[in-house]
Amino acid sequence: MSEFLYLYRGGESRAERTPAEAEATMKLWVSWLTDLGQKGHIKDPGQPLEVTGKVVSGKAKTITDGPYAEAKDLVGGYTIVEAKDLEQAAQLSGGCPILQIGGAVEIRPVIKM
Amino acid sequence: METSDHLYRREAGRMVATLTRIFGVHNIALAEDVVHDAFCRALEVWKFRGIPENPSAWLMASAKNRALDVMRRERTALRYAPELGRLLESEWTLRPTLDEAFEPHAIKDDQLRMMFSCCNPRLTENAQIALILQLLCGFSVREVAAAYLIGYAAAEKRIGRAKKVLAASEGLFEIAGAADFTARLAAVQRALYLLFNEGYHGSSSESPVRTDLCREAMRLASLLLAHPLAATPATRALYALMCFNAARLTGRVDALGDLIPLADQDRSLWDRRLIDEGERYINLAATGAEVSEYHIEAALAAMHTCAPSAAETNWAEIVELYDALLRLRSSPVVELNRAIAIAQIDGPERGLAELRAISDSEKLASYPFYAAALGDFELRCGRGEYAREHFQSALSLARNPMERRFLERRLAACSAAAEAG
Repeated sequence: MSEFLYLYRGGESRAERTPAEAEATMKLWVSWLTDLGQKGHIKDPGQPLEVTGKVVSGKAKTITDGPYAEAKDLVGGYTIVEAKDLEQAAQLSGGCPILQIGGAVEIRPVIKM
Repeated sequence: METSDHLYRREAGRMVATLTRIFGVHNIALAEDVVHDAFCRALEVWKFRGIPENPSAWLMASAKNRALDVMRRERTALRYAPELGRLLESEWTLRPTLDEAFEPHAIKDDQLRMMFSCCNPRLTENAQIALILQLLCGFSVREVAAAYLIGYAAAEKRIGRAKKVLAASEGLFEIAGAADFTARLAAVQRALYLLFNEGYHGSSSESPVRTDLCREAMRLASLLLAHPLAATPATRALYALMCFNAARLTGRVDALGDLIPLADQDRSLWDRRLIDEGERYINLAATGAEVSEYHIEAALAAMHTCAPSAAETNWAEIVELYDALLRLRSSPVVELNRAIAIAQIDGPERGLAELRAISDSEKLASYPFYAAALGDFELRCGRGEYAREHFQSALSLARNPMERRFLERRLAACSAAAEAG
């Protein structure tokens, strides 16, 4: 088994949803991740991320507010999954609820020695 | 009762009430924002980590932390609740004061105080209920609009104006020692009664929020029951009335969502547990000197829930109860129901005479069930043509598809009777 990082990008802005919609979405995530966990694919369910942050760059270590990505590219959370290969990892992400609301899952293999 | 229960409905009212006490009524919009934010953030975490065992406690803790953040950040920018005053100004007392405000008993009291605050005499009953739905039941503006069959803009305006009145008041209503407690309690009871009725046979009976309204009215009524000053005999009678009527919700519509007349309902579908609960509370209500209209209405509802069938119902007792109700509050709708009960005993001709004798019958001109009752009695007298006319005019007054289909079926019955005769 290899490890893969799922980065959840975009989707609806959190402020736009009514609480009932947010709750329905939350339940979809819980059942999707629980299902993956039961099949032995979850290494770490991960965490949600704040939409704001700082970016430090250059030798001058300039600190700016960021990450300034467009809403559709913003990373809202991550999960570490275990899968046989990249194909399987991509296929497993197909059930992610973010895909229903215009978001995307970026899948990045973790380099192992 | 089937419900579209969700967490926000259950939790938002508690959080908004408590934060409003801390921030002050003039900062009610801030309290709502903080609650919304705390809720959505908690949900983000649960997406990944799963729903905790005690989501209520988690949400409350999350609201408290958000409140602390806000108050530390904007301690000088906003003036908070005068009743907590200086305790919120110093870091030494801020945390313990908030801890105390979030104790379960304090949260309960705050909800009750919010309920009394919403029933401000400067607001119309409709505005009071809209405010209760939003602040205590977590209804969005859209859901309030759906519940009352009004447009989004109209609902927004109604709630906005009501909130302004609330924000301009001195603070949350003080339950202990308030000079106008009795009058305010009566307003709260009335608002909960109307809220329940809107759910039970309101103009928007097709709306999915229908049973939610009944459930919320019962939840808020049980908050009244839990408070020594608010748990008056009238409150208990009101709760009993809600139980009896809620018990019948399950048998009232068929699989297609159509209304079934009382006489044709399968009474085994009625909720026995709720009927028992209603009986318990109507017994508890039988103290004190006052017989409120809730006592009488509860007794009326009980006459139906305890009867094995429509034919075996004690209609004479029901007529007497309607007479008692009319002595307390004259109402053409009550007179209409009384006429229907009399017809059960003395036949349709007598029923027609009673209907025609209703004092304010012009007030029933737009009420489809007045024409429908005329139609029913004419049909039972064998005058299908007259019956048909009445059902036609009832149909033209129907307020929703459910009523329309019900009346169409009655019209069809006229034709069937004509063919048979």
